[in-house]
Amino acid sequence: MPTITFIQPNNQSRIIEARDGESAMQVATSNGIDEIVAECGGNAMCATCHVYVDEQWIDRLAPMSGDEDALLDGAAAERLPNSRLSCQITMAPELDGLILRLPDRQI
Amino acid sequence: MATIDSIQGATGSGTNAIPHLDVDPFALEFFDDPFPTHARLRDAAPVVYLDKWNVFGVARYAEVHAVLHDPATFCSSRGVGLSDFAKETPWRPPSLILEADPPAHTRTRAVLSRVLSPAVMKQIRDHFAANAEAKIDELLERRSFDAISDLAESYPLSVFPDAMGLKKEGREHLLPYAGLVFNAFGPPNALRQEAIERSAPHQAYVQEQCQRDNLAPGGFGACIHAQVDTGAITAPEAPLLVRSLLSAGIDTTVNGIGAAIYCLARFPDQLARLRQDPALARNAFEEAVRFESPVQTFFRTTTRDVEIGGSRIGEGEKVLMFLASANRDPRRWDNPDQYDITRRTSGHVGFGSGIHMCVGQLVARLEGEVLLTALARKVGGIEITGPVKRRYNNTLRGLESLPVTFTPA
Repeated sequence: MPTITFIQPNNQSRIIEARDGESAMQVATSNGIDEIVAECGGNAMCATCHVYVDEQWIDRLAPMSGDEDALLDGAAAERLPNSRLSCQITMAPELDGLILRLPDRQI
Repeated sequence: MATIDSIQGATGSGTNAIPHLDVDPFALEFFDDPFPTHARLRDAAPVVYLDKWNVFGVARYAEVHAVLHDPATFCSSRGVGLSDFAKETPWRPPSLILEADPPAHTRTRAVLSRVLSPAVMKQIRDHFAANAEAKIDELLERRSFDAISDLAESYPLSVFPDAMGLKKEGREHLLPYAGLVFNAFGPPNALRQEAIERSAPHQAYVQEQCQRDNLAPGGFGACIHAQVDTGAITAPEAPLLVRSLLSAGIDTTVNGIGAAIYCLARFPDQLARLRQDPALARNAFEEAVRFESPVQTFFRTTTRDVEIGGSRIGEGEKVLMFLASANRDPRRWDNPDQYDITRRTSGHVGFGSGIHMCVGQLVARLEGEVLLTALARKVGGIEITGPVKRRYNNTLRGLESLPVTFTPA
């Protein structure tokens, strides 16, 4: 099973096992990562599951859709070049070891 | 009540038989207390058949979610009410977004998503928050008032029509029009028939108000019309998309806010929790949407024979999704009948889910959050001081009257 390392704003990190096909958002919300709010439940409609993808992983993710791009403009925390919505990151074996930094706010 | 009348192999010839239930989910007695019947529907089977209206029903979270997420099989273009647009003429020209399927839906949806995006919410936030503060201050002066007309209706009406860019005149038609739209999704019962009989003046107002010249610059309405200039939509489509926001943008938030106030009045421990930590305001609103489900149901129509929950449904059948029941399904939620403002609410279907999930959800949450934030800071107690009256609608759950007294913090 692929693992994700979530790094919290205070730099504490948690490594969590994910199931293939699960979104990184689902992994976070089902494991008590409170920094991921995911108000819309994974429909790419709210921008409250914002993450900063570690530089070494950003190019290995599927490219973002126009919808995701537009939503990130409204994210509560600053949008950076490595910003993504975690509901749009689908876990797969090749993403084993993915590192996601959590912003300090989602709303 | 909801006894299983028969289990017929005929409608369940695929795999599992589908129980037939004698439940009318559009009857006034049902609206008074739908929750025990929801439990019976869930416990009967993953898919049930309601003889009263000849429709299939799904009341468990898993099946409701599955139907919402398979729009190719469970389509919206044949209407999201009982009426099948393939067989009956719709009571009004169909919505270009709610009553549409991809690819047509994809284009119109993108337009409304842009108009109501998170970035737009940042721009309107301060104004919505200031009005919420003023509303709570005003009500604390009065102390005793009706939390439906004076708060749940009054607050959205103080912000949303202006945000749309509506003219001042004629706004009294907005709530009756929305009530009509949501009654019309139901079966041909008295609620629907009487609403449609009285609809002419409300429809005339809305049609007129949706025209470009009648929408102030900078508002959501003008932003929709501006999309004509970019080629995203055609000129005749713009008024119909404005109509979508007038249909679904007010009564829903009225009932969402009404639900939140009713919850906080009934569960003082949750009000106390909110007062301790006003940052919980947004989730307190979200949990009220899960708990009460202001939008109770929607239909879909099958485009092919399909197996769901181990049962077979033929092509061209209406399927009723019990959103409110899914939101309290113990298969999905811990202590579902408890209003808990610290609950992780993500995944509830009070705003729907999938491609048709409420396009105005961010506006609803903004209104709910800023109002409950102001309330958390200023109001010490909410006491129900008179008879609570339910308002009956085929789709919307909410109150007609909620007399309360606010005590200052």
